[in-house]
Amino acid sequence: MTTTEVTPRSAGTASALTRTHSLRQVLQVQSFQILLVLLVIFLIFAAMAPEVFPTWGNVRQIIQNVSILGVLGIGMTFVIVTSGIDLSVGSNLVFSGVVAAKVMQSMGDTGWGTAFVGIIVSVSCGLGWGLLNGVLIAKAKVPPLIVTLGTLGGALGLAQVITGGVDIREVPAVLQDTIGYGNVPGTTLPTISLIAMVLIVIFGIVLHRTRFGLYTFAIGSNEESARRVGVKVDRQLISIYALSGALAGVAGILSLAQYGTTAIAGQSATNLNVIAAVVIGGTSLFGGVGTIFGTVVGLFIPAVLQNGFVIVGVQPFWQQVAVGAVLVAAVYVDQRRRAAAARGHSAKDDGRTRLFGRRSN
Amino acid sequence: MTTIPVLEARGLTRSFGNVRALDGADFDVNAGEVVALIGDNGAGKSTLVKALSGNLALDSGQILFAGGEVELTSPSHANSLGIETVYQDLALAPHLNAAQNMFLGREIPKPGLQGRLGFMDNKAMRLKSREAFDELGATVRSLSDPVGSMSGGQKQAIAIARAVAWAKGVIFLDEPTAALGVVQTRNVLDTIRRVRDKGVGVVFISHSMPHVIDVADRVQVLRLGRRVATYEAKRTSVEELVGAMTGALDGAQS
Repeated sequence: MTTTEVTPRSAGTASALTRTHSLRQVLQVQSFQILLVLLVIFLIFAAMAPEVFPTWGNVRQIIQNVSILGVLGIGMTFVIVTSGIDLSVGSNLVFSGVVAAKVMQSMGDTGWGTAFVGIIVSVSCGLGWGLLNGVLIAKAKVPPLIVTLGTLGGALGLAQVITGGVDIREVPAVLQDTIGYGNVPGTTLPTISLIAMVLIVIFGIVLHRTRFGLYTFAIGSNEESARRVGVKVDRQLISIYALSGALAGVAGILSLAQYGTTAIAGQSATNLNVIAAVVIGGTSLFGGVGTIFGTVVGLFIPAVLQNGFVIVGVQPFWQQVAVGAVLVAAVYVDQRRRAAAARGHSAKDDGRTRLFGRRSN
Repeated sequence: MTTIPVLEARGLTRSFGNVRALDGADFDVNAGEVVALIGDNGAGKSTLVKALSGNLALDSGQILFAGGEVELTSPSHANSLGIETVYQDLALAPHLNAAQNMFLGREIPKPGLQGRLGFMDNKAMRLKSREAFDELGATVRSLSDPVGSMSGGQKQAIAIARAVAWAKGVIFLDEPTAALGVVQTRNVLDTIRRVRDKGVGVVFISHSMPHVIDVADRVQVLRLGRRVATYEAKRTSVEELVGAMTGALDGAQS
């Protein structure tokens, strides 16, 4: 360890260095790359359909379509950063929406009072499922894949039991008019998108700036180490799955407002779409790495492809093919980048594997 | 030994199924002294360290900290008494940077409302981390790169610096030199002496007898879950230590 050479330099420039590094953390390489991919896709469609595609009306449509998935993507990012998974978000959304619709239906009127109760009920239902997930994962030590596969079935099944399998189509008009189709007063920005954006910003700050976020990364990075240094890992995991659940509850009421129906059968692939977006956005399934920003970009790629294909007259089914390819490519690029980083470092500061053999210089 | 040991274990037992990992083990370390804890594989060294760092519940036995009996229920409880451990696997989070690892679980909150909302004073933590690394002469080039991309020596330095910075009473080092080259090993041994000189009790676990004799003040030998011998490091030899570890000296001892 040649201390004298190195320390003064890094001590002197420490604050300047860290500034650029924290910026780099926010715009992590992969989420930045994927942003470029998104821009390229956007420009290609804009060139192919300059009259229709790049208009605010169309972009607004895309933003509106992505909003609900965006709310789910926040929770999923937290969960996947801990190297967990939450398959239950779609069913949880349906269940929360169904219970909220039932309660609002039984209250009869269609005013703000009813809508407010519906919001509370929906978020509480989502939170409940999330807590159940969290307790089973953190305390009962059942793997997240299995727990949330179980609650995926449980929530959807119960939603069908409650409704008899028939969608509820009575949703208070105020919800539909203001949140579902309404714009932010004075603008043409959908209210539902503003809600999603506010949540994205808040939880982006929570993930990247607060202790809660730091512990989320620490658990995903090395759960045992986190435990040993005194991070309350169980409590943190429960909170994270509860957050994911509560956001699914938020998405449940937003979905009701937007579509005016509980759409019980309409969310069967939502969980996988959200997971794909999170991973495309550069969050590692192995934990410890991820950004909310990347997730948002990851959500826009499928949405832009879908929208663009319809506009340029390609069968929209191609969207699934394209998203599949982007997903695999994103993970491939990430793997290569990490492998290259490991090799690059091994020239001077090798990884532990090489340390045993040839550490003589 | 008229002084009260800063940490003392009396008759610790712990079984895993039919295996008695600790079988009435005693142990003690004074402030400002390096105690080497040696023993063959399976002698109970790691189990003893786990018990004394709050990572393991005991079947029976007493742990005394500065003369008062304590029950170490969790690692954080041990930490709050000033007992720190450098684990063999270092217990770092590879995706976090050096400063974040340094303060993980003990972050400095920002003052006022922001702190209560969970915002951290990253600048203060970086400054203090840098001070801690400089104090140890540790080569940590970047405080903001993920620890996972650093060399084994740097990771080790971070883990040791973290323990040293927080240790007020006792510091356990579990095989700190096992994966290190010659230069880094000497650095770690120097660090151990420096920490001892600050008045902290250092417990040094190692299989390397020359290092043990080099750095330790006393050597305590564990065999089959029990302390079988204590030596003054200056008046012992590698042969004697190995004999005590393996039991070859049993006949010769009174």
